[in-house]
Amino acid sequence: MKRGPGSLYAAPSILWLSVFFIAPLFIIVIYSFLTSGPRGGVIWRFTLDAYRAIINPTFAKVTLSTIVVALGSTVVTLLIALPCGYFMARSQKQNVLLLLVIIPFWTNFLIRIYAWIAILGNEGFLNDLLRALGLANDSIRFLYNRWAVALVLVYSYLPYAILPLFSTIDKFDFSLLEAARDLGASKLGAIWRVLLPNIKGGVLTAFLFTFIPIFGAYAVPLLVGGTESYMLGNLIADELTKARNWPLASAISLVITLVTTLGVLLLLRANGTSVLGGGRVENEVGLIAEPAIAEPLVAEPLVAEPAIANGNGT
Amino acid sequence: MRRRSSFSRAVFTGTIVFLFLPLAVLVFYSFNASKSGSWGGFSLRWYVKLFTDSPDLWRAFGNSAIVALGSALVATAIGTLGAVGVNWYRFRLRSYLRTITFLPMILPEIIIGVSLLVFFSGIGLRLGLFTIFVAHVSFNLPFVFLLVLARLEEFDFSIIEAARDLGANDSQTLLRVILPMSMPGIVSGFLTAVTLSLEDFVITFFVTGPGATTLPLYVYSAIRFGVSPVINALSVVMILGTVALTWSMRNFLKYIAAK
Repeated sequence: MKRGPGSLYAAPSILWLSVFFIAPLFIIVIYSFLTSGPRGGVIWRFTLDAYRAIINPTFAKVTLSTIVVALGSTVVTLLIALPCGYFMARSQKQNVLLLLVIIPFWTNFLIRIYAWIAILGNEGFLNDLLRALGLANDSIRFLYNRWAVALVLVYSYLPYAILPLFSTIDKFDFSLLEAARDLGASKLGAIWRVLLPNIKGGVLTAFLFTFIPIFGAYAVPLLVGGTESYMLGNLIADELTKARNWPLASAISLVITLVTTLGVLLLLRANGTSVLGGGRVENEVGLIAEPAIAEPLVAEPLVAEPAIANGNGT
Repeated sequence: MRRRSSFSRAVFTGTIVFLFLPLAVLVFYSFNASKSGSWGGFSLRWYVKLFTDSPDLWRAFGNSAIVALGSALVATAIGTLGAVGVNWYRFRLRSYLRTITFLPMILPEIIIGVSLLVFFSGIGLRLGLFTIFVAHVSFNLPFVFLLVLARLEEFDFSIIEAARDLGANDSQTLLRVILPMSMPGIVSGFLTAVTLSLEDFVITFFVTGPGATTLPLYVYSAIRFGVSPVINALSVVMILGTVALTWSMRNFLKYIAAK
């Protein structure tokens, strides 16, 4: 590594991301402490109103239900993804199986949500089928509840969990499992005591890749959820565009940022920084490759600090 | 062997069925003659309508294409340079750059969308295609950066030293040595950026302004007005388009890598 034109090369990236990514984050930190303007925007007067609004029961309820839906969907996703990753890793035809998992993922995000509306809607495929089979007379309302939201979330983020799990399990030495079996472990026992501890890094990566986007979900609860399945993301959007309370929207955004960052930090603390490297996903075409997730976690304080400072402010 | 993996085989098979089922239903409905849910016979009318009578849709597609290509180009140029700088040179703010290229990946999209909206309004920038373009460059840049960096990490610094010893100056080293050998990373970074841009709904939704409709935004408003058969046809065309594009992209990348 040498001194040289490095800073010249890096300047455009640093400048762009500082202006259009870091600065906006700082602005929402500041806005969360200001007074709401009459029609959006802010008045430059310090207040903790936004944080007071967050701890009232309505918001607390949405926060809680967001956590429940996000954790539930993430756990289900992982439970499905683990055997899938295992099967793919043991298969002789890995490339074909990878393609099978990825192809549905190439389809536009909104189209995938739309497809579920076409299936579960009142005039949708499922109701049609049930009527044709004589199992139902009226349409059954499958959509617009928490279950529909969870189903579509699991559907949307399954590949995010399968791929890192597959790539970690693929590196696992399966003869260890056979050794455990030979020493008298049951099949489940061998998987639980030998396989799982060895692929912990991949499980964590899969958890983060699934939990973070689900926790900040916006489009899915908006389109297939009802009012009781509102998530924090929808609350932010409403405060921004309908209630026009920008400080409150900023404060909720900071809560999400805080939870996300704390989650990443806690998982790293518990398992040592290096484990996330297990999640290296081959860049199978346009799919999110995360080569760098391991290294720059030194980075956290940047987000964590302002967020924690706000936490104290509540 | 076969018996041993029977459980995981069953789960995997079920998962693939689960993943493909919605797409199959879309294909099925796209050929449905009737407008409502139930089957009214085979018809191509929604495809005809899609290609001949959907001007708004194609305008949205045009906007998406402009934003995707434009933001991918800018993000690739900036991100590639950044990766070269970080990989081989020492400078102030090096770890800062690594940090800010990592953060966007762990934050939910909505946070990026909201903070950009607040920022744009704060500096008085009119929302529209330009703000969408800026937002897309911002979330694409880290991906390009990381993909190029992953490629560069396969080489070591002696290559640069060799170029210097043979008399190349900094810009010759960059243009004649570094960029050509990182080309596979650059190309896949660019294509990833195009894909992510075409795909993005949440961030775009927040930073868009009157009249600036991209394809995902168009699909969104169509869904809000109820299930439209034209969207079924569009979905099928988009699925086929993505498969074709990705296929050619893979071959192209293989071709470059082989060279």
